[in-house]
Amino acid sequence: MTDNLHLWAIPLLPLAGAAINGLFGRHFKNRVVSTVALFFTAMSFGWAAWAVKTAWPGGGMTLPHIETLGTWIYAGKFSVPFGFYLDQLSMIMVLVVTGVGFLIHIYSVGYMAHEGGYYRFFAYLNLFMFFMLTLILANNYLLMFVGWEGVGLASYLLIGFFFLKDSAANAGKKAFIVNRIGDFAFLIGMFLIIQHWGSLNYDVVFKAVSPISPEAGWGLLTAIALCLMFGATGKSAQVPLYVWLPDAMEGPTPVSALIHAATMVTAGIYMIARSNAIFSRAPHALEVVAIIGCITAIFAATMGLAQTDIKRVLAYSTVSQLGYMFLACGVAAYSAAIFHLMTHAFFKALLFLGAGSVIHAVGGEQDMRRMGGLRKLIPRTFWVITIATIAIAGIPPFAGFFSKDEILGQVFASTHGGKILWAVGLLTAGLTSFYMFRLWFMTFFGELKLGSVDAGEEAHKASAPAHAGHGAASHSHGHADDHSHGHGGVHESPWIMIAPLMVLALLSIIGGWVGIPGSMGGHNEIGNFLKPVMTASVSTEHAGETAGLQERQTEEPKENNSEELMLAAISVGVALIGFYFAWLLYYKRPELPDKITAKIHGIYLLVLHKYYVDEGYSQLIIKPLLALSTVVLWKGVDQAVIDGMVNGAGSASKGIGGELRRIQSGNIRSYAAWVAIGGAAVIAYMIYIGVAK
Amino acid sequence: MVPLSWYLILSAVLFCLGVLGFLLKRNIITIFMSIELMLNAVNLSFVAFANYWNARGGLLPSGKAVVGLSGHVFVFFVMVVAAAEAAVGLAIIIAVFRTRETLNVDRVNLLKL
Repeated sequence: MTDNLHLWAIPLLPLAGAAINGLFGRHFKNRVVSTVALFFTAMSFGWAAWAVKTAWPGGGMTLPHIETLGTWIYAGKFSVPFGFYLDQLSMIMVLVVTGVGFLIHIYSVGYMAHEGGYYRFFAYLNLFMFFMLTLILANNYLLMFVGWEGVGLASYLLIGFFFLKDSAANAGKKAFIVNRIGDFAFLIGMFLIIQHWGSLNYDVVFKAVSPISPEAGWGLLTAIALCLMFGATGKSAQVPLYVWLPDAMEGPTPVSALIHAATMVTAGIYMIARSNAIFSRAPHALEVVAIIGCITAIFAATMGLAQTDIKRVLAYSTVSQLGYMFLACGVAAYSAAIFHLMTHAFFKALLFLGAGSVIHAVGGEQDMRRMGGLRKLIPRTFWVITIATIAIAGIPPFAGFFSKDEILGQVFASTHGGKILWAVGLLTAGLTSFYMFRLWFMTFFGELKLGSVDAGEEAHKASAPAHAGHGAASHSHGHADDHSHGHGGVHESPWIMIAPLMVLALLSIIGGWVGIPGSMGGHNEIGNFLKPVMTASVSTEHAGETAGLQERQTEEPKENNSEELMLAAISVGVALIGFYFAWLLYYKRPELPDKITAKIHGIYLLVLHKYYVDEGYSQLIIKPLLALSTVVLWKGVDQAVIDGMVNGAGSASKGIGGELRRIQSGNIRSYAAWVAIGGAAVIAYMIYIGVAK
Repeated sequence: MVPLSWYLILSAVLFCLGVLGFLLKRNIITIFMSIELMLNAVNLSFVAFANYWNARGGLLPSGKAVVGLSGHVFVFFVMVVAAAEAAVGLAIIIAVFRTRETLNVDRVNLLKL
């Protein structure tokens, strides 16, 4: 067995693909472009699978497995290496990213077949894979930050892929800028780590942290944890920085699936789980994480209720599910968070790709009110979305049930206000089930209303800007002209799109079986697998409150089986209630929703307008900032002070020179006078000195 | 014996006359003569000081007696240099007169702005 896994190849293979397609793709045929992109992604997946298999625990290789290629930054005692880090956590992440990424690449070949900029799309997609894998495999925070910023760049490029559309370009900028706010906090956190432990390498930092008890390191650890957490709220779209993710749906659908559902947005969760040694020693920061996750989960779920754009429903659902993962991190149930991250990657990628298939089928339409009855027209898409919907709703034995149940169980057992958080989480589960089945019924049942514009006036006005964008989207989609009229135009997607969906559907069914808890006759394999990563850094001598949490997380629960089963039953019941209401409102009596919204008009409007958060940010932050920049910084500081100084220096020397040149008159007698005056001045000075003596 | 201050006052008056002539006169020849006047005013003060020094016994602060001729020597140097200068200066004046056909300095002002 070799000790060198050449982990660098995993991120660099997609980079090679990106370079080839990005530099020369313009001259390639589409088939060549997709072959290159798929080849390098598949190679990366294969390499990752081989590396994981070789380094699998119990195979004689020590974990974490660190490979250092060289020094990147070297300044005094501080140095940052180019190093890669493979442990149980990065194993799962790398497989999810390369695996799901590969499937989405396949899907994109079909989905993007008629789009312009084909090579550009695949170059960006491969570039994203490179940065994401760097983020995951880095062995220090700074290299992780490179990946972190890089995926932000790729995300920006791909959201703004249809850059001729203003809304897409703006959404890209919004995503980038909002992420910068979080990144700033991440940087501060890194600086604090450097200041106190002199290194950013995971092994060094976690080793330095491990002897610190939560009480001793209170202020510092809490500060670092909060900074890192704020960084994560940006990338993982949590309150208060979640606003970019719904807008990011302007990107092509495979991008939404890959970047804004399955992989990139989970980077924050990964970072927190990776830093569990720090977070576990900062209980107050953990509480903040839990509360933010909880608020995000419920907040986004309610916003998802009123959306009519199929992709936006999924976007809010993603925010909500990320909130779940945050919540899990917040109660130190990192394994549960990673478990949910994995299952979520499967079913949410499936949902997005399925939605893409639906949009593809109906010729670019994204408004669910104009869909309906698609069940018989696109049966394969219908079935895969059905599986994903059941999975996300949390109905056993699909993947989402086990991971969500694991999180809710951990939250319930948590000592930090666990019951309230649990209740909110449960309510969110019900809402999730409701809006997902609402999507399901609206899209696949009833009658196809394509082309008719009979949707509620009010709602229509509210989402008018979004619609403008979608109009443009349908044009750029290429199918709009051929297929937008009549039922006959609706067509099932080609096999190259359906096949990845089927693989993901399979994963959405069985993906959760690796984490069946003990109470249901399983062994919670994923929890045990991740145990070394999540607990290795917690020293036993400080078995305080947080260490207790850790143990509870990974221990096989034996004595409270019945309680666990009851909790599971409750969450399934809530999911079924959500299903029932969705069935009632959107299938059985489709006239009811209008009546209800008419009754609670105010609340409905509030939810429809997403609680006016964007408007609030605009009024409270963006406008004052713009005013400050324009009036004070631009016209005040820049134009008046800085330009004033520069221009002043110029005009001052010009003026002084203009005056001084009169001395050099060219007139001999005036020179003579100056000589005489100078001489007189010297004499006067000498006399003065003589007198003074 | 005539006191030193008389020589110095005479020297100063001559020098000032030279300066005034230098500044006020427009004719280059006159200006030239004013320069000579200033030089000779300085020469006068040189010999006056030299004479004064020797009359006092040429005593240095250390008490050593030195008979000084440097004052006189300086005067000869100044005279020699002034003669050379006069030769060069008159040559320039002739050159100026040939090209400009005037000796008025206010009209020799090509370098003026």
